[in-house]
Amino acid sequence: MKKIITLDINHEHYEVAVEPNQTLLDTLRYQLGLTGTKKGCEVGDCGACTVIMDGVTVNSCLVLAMQAEGRQITTIEGLETKEGMHPLQTAFVEKGAIQCGFCTSGMILSARVLLDKNPEPTEEGIRRGIAGNLCRCTGYQKIVEAVQSAADGMKEGHQ
Amino acid sequence: MKGCDYYKPETVGDASRLMASLDGARYIAGGTDVMVLIKQKKLSPAHLISLRNIRELSLLDTSDGLSIGSGVTHSRIVRDAWIRDRYSALVDATQKIGSPQVRNVATVAGNICNAAPSADTACPLLVLDAKIRIAGKKGERIVAIEDFFLGPNRTILEQGEIVTAIAIPKLDENSGSAYIKHTRRKAMELPLVGIAARITLDAADRAPGWKESLRNAPNAEALPGMLEAAGIVCRDVRIAMGVVSPKPMRARKAEAALEGKVVSEALLDEIGALAASESQPRDSFRGEAWYRKDMVQVLVRRAVLMSIERIVNA
Repeated sequence: MKKIITLDINHEHYEVAVEPNQTLLDTLRYQLGLTGTKKGCEVGDCGACTVIMDGVTVNSCLVLAMQAEGRQITTIEGLETKEGMHPLQTAFVEKGAIQCGFCTSGMILSARVLLDKNPEPTEEGIRRGIAGNLCRCTGYQKIVEAVQSAADGMKEGHQ
Repeated sequence: MKGCDYYKPETVGDASRLMASLDGARYIAGGTDVMVLIKQKKLSPAHLISLRNIRELSLLDTSDGLSIGSGVTHSRIVRDAWIRDRYSALVDATQKIGSPQVRNVATVAGNICNAAPSADTACPLLVLDAKIRIAGKKGERIVAIEDFFLGPNRTILEQGEIVTAIAIPKLDENSGSAYIKHTRRKAMELPLVGIAARITLDAADRAPGWKESLRNAPNAEALPGMLEAAGIVCRDVRIAMGVVSPKPMRARKAEAALEGKVVSEALLDEIGALAASESQPRDSFRGEAWYRKDMVQVLVRRAVLMSIERIVNA
């Protein structure tokens, strides 16, 4: 039987009726139209469905919508502000870190949490930070460069 | 997925009562294994009972050894410096499980309840003499980790029982441990072989500064010779092996061969060979049995030396 829950996504409240065994991923994509979160393997291997929940990344395919109630969720749609795209988004475009684009949302959210915790990551740190996000196009090099470039840019922005 | 009900009790007692009153119910904590089983249609519970809202299960208690509530995630273990200093093998394992996304929700207790032969935390918990606290209808029981596993994905847990915590005793201050996960790639991988070790160096009759004198080994290969020259005896030796039998196991012959002895090159070769002889790996698409046996030999030596390095560098 469906239950009505309230989800806090990108600082907006959504009231949705969900099946108890429905994933957060399906709720985001099919009920709320937030299709920036991608559906890949659905078993927690690929990271395409990564969202931020209470400040840490999770695979939304492994989280039930019911388990997300009362938690703060950030999806890729929540990164852009009135001033424009997030520095990570800009860097991914500028550095050619996006090819097919399927991994990009998850990559950027993993990178965002990484930079929140560690604004000056090493290359090794970046690679560890995105270890749960598979990319089959880029060979990761340009993604790592983009995260590095965003980190450098954000540091300058603060000075 | 077919429809099912979802409950979020706030006490262990309520969770047990729910489980007893519902047909076809399943507990779910982090969910990283249960959700996959549901997706693969290997599991279709009529009811899901979430353990995430039970506060007592999320406790990490360091007042007497270490007690890890069953709701504690791998990420919480990884970022805990106190645990890293004392129970290094457990941190070695938790920081390499799955991905950051998985570690943020998956629990250590869930890793052992799922009881995969490749469960990374099983070997560290075996060498750390962990005990599993289990709540059920008949009250609480406490089981040694070695008796907890029955076989692949099978444990002694009976219908409705809940693991509430994993208790690890306080170790001697001259103890060190390590877990080596042997993999093809650095992340998002299951081990081909997993080896954990725990050693205590007998510091009785040692002059002050004995650790410092061992700290300056020019390289890891020089350490066995230095230990032999110093004549320091190993105590409380534990060696555990994963993926080389239906359930994670201790290498008891190898442990006995090192117990009360001074480490030497010859002895390291001997315990590696003993552990390999005790292992019963099989061929699988991930790795062949002969290779796994060879790696047991290599990694037991490495895990023992890494444990000792951690003692002298502490």
